[in-house]
Amino acid sequence: MPDATGLELLAQELAEAHGDEPVVQGTAHFRGKGALHVQPGAIRSTLEFLRAKGYGFLASVHGLDYYPEEPRLGVHYELIDMNAVDRLTVKLRVPTDAPEVPSVVDQWPTADFQEREVYDMFGVVFTGHPDLRRILMPEDYEGHPQRRDFPVGGEPVLFTYDEAHDRDYTQ
Amino acid sequence: MEIVRREKLDPVEAQREFRARQLRAKQMLRGELEGAELERHVEQGVITTTLERALDWARGNSMFPATFGLACCAIEMMTMVGARLDIARIGSEAFRASPRQADMIILSGRISIKMAPIIRRIYDQMLEPKWAIAMGACSSSMGVFNNYAIVPADKFMPVDVHIPGCPPRPEALMHGILRLRSMIHDDPALGWRERYNAEGTEEILGGITPDRDAAVNVAGSGDTAGA
Repeated sequence: MPDATGLELLAQELAEAHGDEPVVQGTAHFRGKGALHVQPGAIRSTLEFLRAKGYGFLASVHGLDYYPEEPRLGVHYELIDMNAVDRLTVKLRVPTDAPEVPSVVDQWPTADFQEREVYDMFGVVFTGHPDLRRILMPEDYEGHPQRRDFPVGGEPVLFTYDEAHDRDYTQ
Repeated sequence: MEIVRREKLDPVEAQREFRARQLRAKQMLRGELEGAELERHVEQGVITTTLERALDWARGNSMFPATFGLACCAIEMMTMVGARLDIARIGSEAFRASPRQADMIILSGRISIKMAPIIRRIYDQMLEPKWAIAMGACSSSMGVFNNYAIVPADKFMPVDVHIPGCPPRPEALMHGILRLRSMIHDDPALGWRERYNAEGTEEILGGITPDRDAAVNVAGSGDTAGA
């Protein structure tokens, strides 16, 4: 992990690499783990910058829902530097009414299924993804089940005993 | 015919009785028995029943399950063919590899919305008469996985026996299977077509209406059209 100072240096370097564009929105160092908050539009150049710094392995892409905070949806990219045995999280936030994030599949092929999963569960649209379909839920499923405003309960259960006795089986 | 319960004989007596009956059977085959003696021998040696009862008895004692496991309950289900419980004892012999050869399907585990059409297809491929057991909490009421991804079995196919548990002990599954067996002995259709409003979906030959409300795969007498 970069320590708190190292993280700040990295953030500064990233901001300088992008010139006047306000790419870095903040840094967080929590429980020994560093995280960079970046603009959604700059995710591709950020990951490329970090790849050049040695973070050559995209371990995972997560979706999050920060309800009721705004912007609600979040995407986390976990990067690993395999030589320095070092780890870094890149975070971004998008609102639900325009949940668009540039896809990184052409640079990081491993992100293919993971972006599809984030799309399936949270409805984040990855622009430029070659095949953005649902991956876990049926293709005709409506809604994004991991969003926090999605109902927790499943289907009402049908018990044939109740039905035969003219009782409402959903109660 | 009157059913006569006899006292249990002591071993020596039983041996003698058995010898005597053997002798009478030999005499009958030679044609030496006549009149009241022959009548008495036939009454002792013959059971009368209806063909339907005999058929139900045979079906209940030969329900082969489909090889089909869904989740953790399937691990418990595997003990059914092991030495301790061994469903071969009641004629269920082996898990059949094809639904075409199976009479019973055990829904052993959670059923996701994506899996449901596949299970329904397997169930539809089974030949009638067919039975289904929902094993465990998930396939009956979704259990601990009561969320967006799981669907209870009753929503998409008829189920004859629900076995509670998470997972049910092998004894519980055995009890469910024996329960289903005695239900089949009583009534092979188990009334699921009425319960699920599925009248008219019987797989029968040549447009014959069965004269009893059974889900049996039998043709009427003389008509073999389409067979």
